[in-house]
Amino acid sequence: MLRLISALFAGSLFGLGLIVSDMVNADRVQGWMDVLGNWDPTLAFVLGGAILPMLLAWPLSARRGKALLGNTLPGPASVRIDWELFLGAALFGAGWALVGLCPGPAVAGLGLNGTSGIVFLLAMGLGMYLTPHLRRRFQKPAMA
Amino acid sequence: MQHAWLMGFLGGLMIGTAALTFLVVNGRIMGVSGLIGGLIDRSGWGNGWERIVFLFGLFIFPALWVRFVAPVETNVTRNLSLITIAGLLVGIGSRLANGCTSGHGVCGISRFSIRSIFATAVYLLSGVIAISIFRQLLGVI
Repeated sequence: MLRLISALFAGSLFGLGLIVSDMVNADRVQGWMDVLGNWDPTLAFVLGGAILPMLLAWPLSARRGKALLGNTLPGPASVRIDWELFLGAALFGAGWALVGLCPGPAVAGLGLNGTSGIVFLLAMGLGMYLTPHLRRRFQKPAMA
Repeated sequence: MQHAWLMGFLGGLMIGTAALTFLVVNGRIMGVSGLIGGLIDRSGWGNGWERIVFLFGLFIFPALWVRFVAPVETNVTRNLSLITIAGLLVGIGSRLANGCTSGHGVCGISRFSIRSIFATAVYLLSGVIAISIFRQLLGVI
């Protein structure tokens, strides 16, 4: 029960943070990438502000060895850089730029973006559902 | 402009504090694509309610905000073909890369993960290229 309350708190605070920082505004997100046009640096301030508490959170949780509610912590970060990481990040960045939505703001914007918000989330979910199948298809020739 | 930067930084601190809570209290990485993806491919059904409740909070508070506090301009396109293509790219890309802006950008960079720093550099660069081509060169978005 405490885990669910904490998760609800975290999700709610994330949603409000996206409103306060105006990251639900596609113009601002696309403005960050529009370096040849009217460049808007706000996103860098958001990312910087978000990283600061996490710079404390990682050593803090590592020193305790487990989460406050007793769960095990995430394992060490993988160091493997491969084609899937590169291709995935490249496709993700292009989709993010095209309409200014990534998964967090897509969920936060579900109640703000009308039909577009619903269609985006459905398409994103379909993409996520298809990914393991695509991955298997692309790996087959390599294994043969 | 400076006001937007300050609000961006404050909102960022809220997002980071949310991620801190999820890590320190729940022992979990606040990555939205992973939280949703695990519900879709069933790998996350073991802690499904934790994911659902998080996503519910993420959805409901902005919705309540525009209803009761202040309207918010989102400027999201109404071109549903474009929305569909972008949604597919974001869904496939974030799952292939095992993370999105929240997972790689916020949670990964702050633990100095080389994968996350690489992924963030690639998706930011890819975004800049996409905007430069489709907005500045072709003028279609």
